[in-house]
Amino acid sequence: MTTTESTSEFTQAEGRSHVRKIVGIWLVVAIIADYFVWFVYGPHMPPGAMTDQARGQQFDIKVISVLAIPVLLFLWTFGFYSIAKFRGGRDRPDGYYVKGNVKTQTAWYVITATLVLFLAGFGTYELIVPAGAGGGEGPSPIWTPSTPVKLVVQVIAQQWRFTYRWPQFGGMETTSINLPVNTQIQFDVTSIDVIHDFWAYQLGVKADANPDVNNVAYAKTLQLGRFTVRCDELCGIWHGAMYNYGNVVSQQQFYNWATQMQKQNATVTKLLPKFALTYTPSYTGAGGGYYPSGDPNGTTA
Amino acid sequence: MAIKTTSIAQGGDGGRAVAEEKKGFRLNVFTGLIVGVLGYLFGHWMGNAIAGGYQQVVGSGQNDVAILLGFIFGTIGWFLGLGILNYPIQKMAGIEPPAEKYEYEPGVMKYFRYTLDNKVVGIQYLFGMLFYFFTAGLLAMGIRTELLSPTNHIWGPATYLEIVGEHGTMMMMMMTSVVMGPFGNYLVPLMIGSKRVAFPRLEAAAFWFTPAAYIILLSALWQGGFQSGWTGYAPLSIQQGVGQDAYLFSFALLGFSMITSSINMTATIINYRAPGMRWSRLPMIAWGMITVAFTMLLSVPILIDGLYVMGLDRSVQTAMLYAGHGGSSFLWENLFWFFGHPEVYLLALPGFGLTMEILPVFARKPLFGYRTAVAGMVGVAVLSFFVWQHHLFQSGMNPDMRPLFMLTTELISIPTGFIYLVGLGTLWRARMRFDVPMLFMLAVFFNFLFGGITGVYVSDVPVNVTVHGSYFVMAHFHYTIMGQLIFAVMGAIYYYSPLYFGIKLNEKWGKIHFWTMFVSFNSTFLPLFVLGLLGMPRRVFEYAARLQHLNQWVTISSYVLGLSLTFFVITFVWQLAVTRPKSPLNPWQSRGLEWQVGYPIPPGNFDKIPVILSGPYEYGDPNALPVADLKPVEPSAVGVSSGGEI
Ligand code: HEM
Ligand SMILES: [Cu+2]
Ligand SMILES: [Cu+2]
Repeated sequence: MTTTESTSEFTQAEGRSHVRKIVGIWLVVAIIADYFVWFVYGPHMPPGAMTDQARGQQFDIKVISVLAIPVLLFLWTFGFYSIAKFRGGRDRPDGYYVKGNVKTQTAWYVITATLVLFLAGFGTYELIVPAGAGGGEGPSPIWTPSTPVKLVVQVIAQQWRFTYRWPQFGGMETTSINLPVNTQIQFDVTSIDVIHDFWAYQLGVKADANPDVNNVAYAKTLQLGRFTVRCDELCGIWHGAMYNYGNVVSQQQFYNWATQMQKQNATVTKLLPKFALTYTPSYTGAGGGYYPSGDPNGTTA
Repeated sequence: MAIKTTSIAQGGDGGRAVAEEKKGFRLNVFTGLIVGVLGYLFGHWMGNAIAGGYQQVVGSGQNDVAILLGFIFGTIGWFLGLGILNYPIQKMAGIEPPAEKYEYEPGVMKYFRYTLDNKVVGIQYLFGMLFYFFTAGLLAMGIRTELLSPTNHIWGPATYLEIVGEHGTMMMMMMTSVVMGPFGNYLVPLMIGSKRVAFPRLEAAAFWFTPAAYIILLSALWQGGFQSGWTGYAPLSIQQGVGQDAYLFSFALLGFSMITSSINMTATIINYRAPGMRWSRLPMIAWGMITVAFTMLLSVPILIDGLYVMGLDRSVQTAMLYAGHGGSSFLWENLFWFFGHPEVYLLALPGFGLTMEILPVFARKPLFGYRTAVAGMVGVAVLSFFVWQHHLFQSGMNPDMRPLFMLTTELISIPTGFIYLVGLGTLWRARMRFDVPMLFMLAVFFNFLFGGITGVYVSDVPVNVTVHGSYFVMAHFHYTIMGQLIFAVMGAIYYYSPLYFGIKLNEKWGKIHFWTMFVSFNSTFLPLFVLGLLGMPRRVFEYAARLQHLNQWVTISSYVLGLSLTFFVITFVWQLAVTRPKSPLNPWQSRGLEWQVGYPIPPGNFDKIPVILSGPYEYGDPNALPVADLKPVEPSAVGVSSGGEI
């Protein structure tokens, strides 16, 4: 590898001056950009702070952004600087003959590897501590919330709607969803036909709804407000129309709503199959009828 | 390891245009179509005869066995009608096939035939791929048109999803071959100093799989389409009508195409390098091709296996992908992504191969960190097999493995970063010439940066909770594939037109094409990151009203992108067919061996096997030897008979 200058045209001093300029420009823009990302846009970044989990995701987006944006800006600065300065033409001689540089290459390997390993470690911490970060953790999660779960909501997806069952309220089934604030919640997500996905955007919750699988996700509500529920896995024709809205309300309001629904739905609840973690769709799959699963999993409710 | 590449291995006329010695009438595309249709009818009849009771809906004629057998026999018929099976059948029957006889064939008819000339196959691929790309691109315009309004529908939900599925599947299966087909097949033998490819029959057959796959995939539209998207998740894909059979069969056909062309590519690069073409001198395109070929060889069989299982579930009603009957919907997700993730990298690697090949020519500098570049490509190829579950972070499958897959996924950024180091190092104190190909290569780096950096977001599991399945992911992979691969291919078309067609495409038109494409591409796909972050899922025909303005912006931009590409097609075809602006020999002053043989490239590439004297990227070294001795007196006399030395 050649590290020395091959022609007098390309002096070391000139090279250093290029480096200084590139690094100088980069530092200025990177610091400004990071300031804006963290302090100005940061607090408004998705998905908001309605739950512990959403807040964690927002924090992760911020952290990755303040690391990634300087990387992006470094490459831009270098690239645009080169385009501006290192120009040639048909009648001009060739460029600087250099095929490698041990120092630069080593520095690059070390810096990228450090960044990447840091991000992997950081991501793992941010996944485990907030109990799976709001993502689906399968039937037997190992990263559970530090405070006990107060409310269990079963989300049953089918073509093309979500319904919710509430084991703590007599196993009633509702078509709308309300949640109490300041509460540790467990979502049990399942499907009775194809794969769907329960995405409660502002809650920072996303879990695939698979037939015959109970996919558990946790969230702790922190703020009042409305949230959107969308299906996030292609499930057939009306996938695009498979959404509804829910609210995080005060604990008293929630209790009132739930007990009232329980009373109102009592006659229907009697006809439903017993609450179970998974269900098998009725023989035709039509009309949304379903039965307790024949799967041993399904009887452990 | 020293592989002897003697002149005997290189001899013969195997790589040349071969007429299977039949004067007058010769098999071609039309005979292929006729026999193919007959084969389809036979297969369909047979399927109904043997499995009439398996109809999805009794009396509907929707019998998956019949459709699949129709496709199978149709494809066999297509191959028979093209004459591809003559050689193996004759061999099996113990008849010695007629000797391959070189015959230069003027005119365009040779492009509509099964031919063993790797340069003809390259051109067939080039036009085939452009055709497939534009078909799928047109479908994309259909998608964007629907999304102009959140509530007014142009297509309705079923048609919309059919278009989405056709677009995604067409792009993801065809574009795997957009570099290996037109550039790998054509250029690799030239670049490594070989007169031929290792397996010309496999190479040619690989191409002829693609029109069959194209027709069958599109035929789904006449059968009610398939609404499962290119990922074909079961049980949705089991529930679908017979359009899904077209999906699975065409995807599998293209899988066979990838395998056959990879076998040829690997064998050619390993065994047919000229004396002196050491691994350390191998051009970047060849490195791109060999890493891709290995990745294909190891991942595509898994796809075919998965599709086979899907075909069984659909046709003879097994229940392997179907929960509750002993199967599991996770099985398909695993099989699919075990192929699917390596696939996304086998879309990226060839683009990088092209870029790193072309960049030094216009930077007028050696490639910076050749070994780093190779390590980057090999590293990406190897790691790509260990990350597939990052597509399934929220699926509920193996949730405890998420930290591992997060780690492996993020590790891929290291070898990917190598390629950026190589790019930056090559630009450092260069004497850049901003011809059209160079603009495209610079854009490759610019665009892929967004793809790579957002890759770090999607691979962080907590962030993935927010962005998975949203337009953010959609933007991520369009930046990597459209922004990187397609830009590289466009640049390569401008770059290699003088070599392929003897014409130099108009610089001004090229710049108009480049700038409109570059600006409209970014203006189409950057807002999609925002849409995803704001909560818009993929593959929906309805979305929140507050997202309408952004969506309209994207749609308008995509029309401009479409116009820009149309402009390219018109100017390209115009110059190719009508004006033919003559190019000087080697207009870019490239050192590449492929540029040293003159135009038109002689049928056997080289009169004599050249002896490689130095690497291809020695720009800026006044003392550099020419890249090869094209008229060696006697290879062994020069003392470099051990061409394959590592
Ligand atoms: C730095 C490198 C990259 C990283 C870390 C990365 C990471 C990821 C991750 C984690 C996902 C899953 C997102 C989700 O669905 O939740 C994903 C999706 C995807 N990536 Fe990448 N990626 C990288 C580069 C690439 C490249 C080079 C390509 C293709 C040329 C690519 C194509 C895709 C595609 C096609 C999908 C989505 C497929 C689908 O759901 O339909 N990515 N990527
Ligand atoms: Cu859905
Ligand atoms: Cu992937």
